[in-house]
Amino acid sequence: MESVILKTATRLMVGLILIFSFYLLLRGHHEPGGGFAAALVAGTAFALFVIAEGPAKVRTAIRLRPTTIAMLGLATAVAAGSAALLSGQSFLTGMWWGPGEELLIGTPLIFDIGVFLAVLGAILAVLLTLEDN
Amino acid sequence: MAKTAHGESGPGYSRLGLVSTLLPAALFFFFLSCWAAIQRGEVVGIDFPWMPSLDLALSFRLDGLSLLFALIVTGIGTFVSLYSSAYLAGHHHSGRFFFFLHAFMLSMLGLVTADNLLLLFLCWEGTTVFSYLLIGFDHESAVARENARQGLLVTSAGGLALLLGILLLKIAGASWTISDWLHGEQLLREHPLYPFIFAAILLGAMTKSAQFPFHFWLPNAMSAPTPISAFLHAATMVKAGIYLLMRCHPLLGGTFSWTFTLVAVGGVTALWGAVQALGPMDLKRVLAYTTMMALGILTMFLGGQSTETLTAAVTFLMVHALYKAALFLAIGSIDHQTGTRQLDRLGGLGRSMPLTALAVAAAVLSMSGFPLFFGFIGKEIMYAGALAEELFPGFTATVALFANALMTAVAAILFFGPFTGSWIHTNETTPMRVVDPPWQMWLGPLLLGGLGILFGIIPEWVSSALIEPAVFSIHPGREEIRLVIFHGFNLPLLLSMFTLTIGAVVYLRRLVICRTIQTGIASLPLSAEMCYAGSLTWFLRNAEVVTNRIQNGSLHWYLLVIVATMTVAVSWPWLGSLKSVLLRPAGAIDPTATALALFIAAAIGVVVTAGKRLAAIGGLSGVGAGIALLFLLYGAPDIALTQLLVETLTIIFVSLVLLRLPPIVQARKRSNRRRAFDGLLALAAGLLLTSLLLGVVQAPLDRGLTDFFEANSFLQAHGRNIVNVILVDFRSLDTMGEIIVVVLAAWAAVTLLRKPKGP
Amino acid sequence: METILACLVGLLFAAALYLMLSGVLVKFVFGLALIGNGINLLILTAGRLQHRAPPLIPAENRILSEPVANALPQALILTAIVIGFAMVTFLLILLYRTYAYAGTLDADERPFLEEWREDDSCSEPFVQAQQEISPLSSPRETILAGDGRT
Repeated sequence: MESVILKTATRLMVGLILIFSFYLLLRGHHEPGGGFAAALVAGTAFALFVIAEGPAKVRTAIRLRPTTIAMLGLATAVAAGSAALLSGQSFLTGMWWGPGEELLIGTPLIFDIGVFLAVLGAILAVLLTLEDN
Repeated sequence: MAKTAHGESGPGYSRLGLVSTLLPAALFFFFLSCWAAIQRGEVVGIDFPWMPSLDLALSFRLDGLSLLFALIVTGIGTFVSLYSSAYLAGHHHSGRFFFFLHAFMLSMLGLVTADNLLLLFLCWEGTTVFSYLLIGFDHESAVARENARQGLLVTSAGGLALLLGILLLKIAGASWTISDWLHGEQLLREHPLYPFIFAAILLGAMTKSAQFPFHFWLPNAMSAPTPISAFLHAATMVKAGIYLLMRCHPLLGGTFSWTFTLVAVGGVTALWGAVQALGPMDLKRVLAYTTMMALGILTMFLGGQSTETLTAAVTFLMVHALYKAALFLAIGSIDHQTGTRQLDRLGGLGRSMPLTALAVAAAVLSMSGFPLFFGFIGKEIMYAGALAEELFPGFTATVALFANALMTAVAAILFFGPFTGSWIHTNETTPMRVVDPPWQMWLGPLLLGGLGILFGIIPEWVSSALIEPAVFSIHPGREEIRLVIFHGFNLPLLLSMFTLTIGAVVYLRRLVICRTIQTGIASLPLSAEMCYAGSLTWFLRNAEVVTNRIQNGSLHWYLLVIVATMTVAVSWPWLGSLKSVLLRPAGAIDPTATALALFIAAAIGVVVTAGKRLAAIGGLSGVGAGIALLFLLYGAPDIALTQLLVETLTIIFVSLVLLRLPPIVQARKRSNRRRAFDGLLALAAGLLLTSLLLGVVQAPLDRGLTDFFEANSFLQAHGRNIVNVILVDFRSLDTMGEIIVVVLAAWAAVTLLRKPKGP
Repeated sequence: METILACLVGLLFAAALYLMLSGVLVKFVFGLALIGNGINLLILTAGRLQHRAPPLIPAENRILSEPVANALPQALILTAIVIGFAMVTFLLILLYRTYAYAGTLDADERPFLEEWREDDSCSEPFVQAQQEISPLSSPRETILAGDGRT
């Protein structure tokens, strides 16, 4: 689609939407949001990007191949789950590190990032291939 | 080097085959090392729970009987593997061959050492599958494929029967641990299910061990490469049924029906196999029929109860494994070196293949039961056992006598046919000069034949070390079992001499007798194989008719069946409580939610009636958005957010794809009658769902899980958003499965979209 | 309120099944999307609707102080929504591909019905269908049909 307004607006919007998506991802453990919603928001951003600029530009922008992103997501999720195995607990048991109750880093958060990447990769893969056709 | 029936084998040997021979050899020596312990009466085993909920344990146990079988399997397996490394040298599928061979051997080993009945069944099926692959190894030949399929169908039908028997055994209260059986569960023999258990297990054993009337697959299975025939159809797989009968002997044996059935089936099989062995020109077919006879004899003897009868069975099992494997391998060598195994085209090989001739000579002397050979001892003890049989000693002894006499005649044919006379160079396919095969191919037959002499001269070695522990592991007894080289002048010796005499007479008059038998068989109105072929055709035809009717390719029909079945089957028990569910007063009505519901209903109407794609898409997003708002209203911001986002993306995808698809209106109009019927059915299903949901809502709610999640969400999992904590922590395995599904769906979609490569 | 939502669920199912039974594959996808929505609503309703506060633990507390909406069905639905989205997307692309191949999306047409009859040669009716469709179809669709052939 050749539309100057769309293209200009998209440039602004995509960045904003992606930032919102990361915000959703990070706050998901305590507030509404989380990996799924964040991935869908990011997917929408890329859909906008693809419609405005075409799939080739998006591919260069994201650098990694979409299927690679999806696999990376699965690997992250598995890795997050396997962390518990190292300390002798069963697969996917949540592990937490950090000072105090309010500031903790834990494997469930990493798992959520895996979910985000997997779903985003899947959406991107379909979106870009569909547009290629 | 001749081109054999099994593809282009070249000179040299297969290195893979030679190296992989180490596997059976190592296993053989492992089992040999257990010998001393077993002989002392100890039991070696490993036990590992696999699926305790199914009573399936990975437990293997080595007692006398298992050790005997394991030694036969690995010992002959070693020679067969060694032999094949030369037999299949240069064959382009030799890797596959050795994989199948060793996989088969391991299944067979598992079968004879399994202590859990289910595990035994699994290995049993393993042997069926790998024997199928091995019989059909020459997969470019339609005959081989057909024969492999025949073997598979017959033996796997038996496998199903066996499974049924195993399950019935459980129902009847018997243990699935085989070693428990020895301690006698007298109750089982009086259980009303006993006849069914017995029949089912017997069917499994009969099909596997090629008992009449399921014998026909065995001669046909000779389309396998010859070393495979030696391994599967002489020494191991067909003995699996015998092994099963031996194992079941303490549990199921001892009843009149056991003895009668086994003696009758075994006797008929033995006679029928022995008679047919006289006819064929193909040496492998001759051997196949003699194998059938041997299996019949074994079955017949397992019908008995006394120590003598069972000793006869176990001894003959060993005798037969030794000479039959040697014979098969030697005949494979003849085939390999001359390009034919037709009796009428062979002759004079005694001079050109002396080592093979020596092996065959030793084997046939053992087979016909000449004194000083292991077969002689086997025959002596066979007659002693037959006369000691409780119910039908006369019948058993007569069958054994005739079968052995015919065996003697066949043994003579096997030796004098190919090895005496002179070599006739008939046509291009046979070589001018014949020589002995490479060492890999004569070593096995020669050693196996040699063992027949060694054990014949010093039978004490086997009797106390192998036979006695084997017999005692199915028939605990006090008396010592001794095999001796000479039992003295008694009735068995007389019968032995008589056997040799009849055998000689039959051999001398073989032309007349063969012709009579051939005419006799040809004039039979019905053969077991014809029944098999007939039922197979019947099955295929009916399967086609049924499939064409049910699977007619119409999506409408499939869905109709599914929806109608669901509606009727669920409504039927539900109808009774329907009234109370529908008459309960409705709760308070929320105006916002009601308005939303009305909006959604209208949007549904748009989707259903839309003639244009865009209208339908619009309706669809209306439904999605309305439901998202409902979620928000009822305290579910997470799913409301997700639903809205998914709705957006769905619209993008649907628009991208749908605009490239034909308009809805292009589709043919369906008849009003069909649409009305579909509509009614859909409405009925919808009503059913409504009433079910109302029923669910009126029943008390179990909040156990929710309470747990609410209480532990922050304390244990450090998250305030309970829904997210469930997804990424409490139930993260589900989420893991879900993202795998999402990625796979995307992957499949991308694969579908990718432009096909190539022309 | 449950009564109304239950009726809505029933309506969603009935409409979805009717669309799926129509035999027009595009409508089938619409039906699938609708039935997904229906199931999600069903799960939500089955988890009861008494409490409307979202299942979030307030920032100042360590445990819930007030009753909130049932979190369990929400987690189930969240999963179901994403899976349903993946399925609908996959089905759409399958349709797209099928159309390029068979030249029609009417499940009662010949290419769909005959695929089963000829056990090993199911590609043959598709080839015929492609040849038949070319004069009728728009340029874009012809390109797609061409895709299927190469």
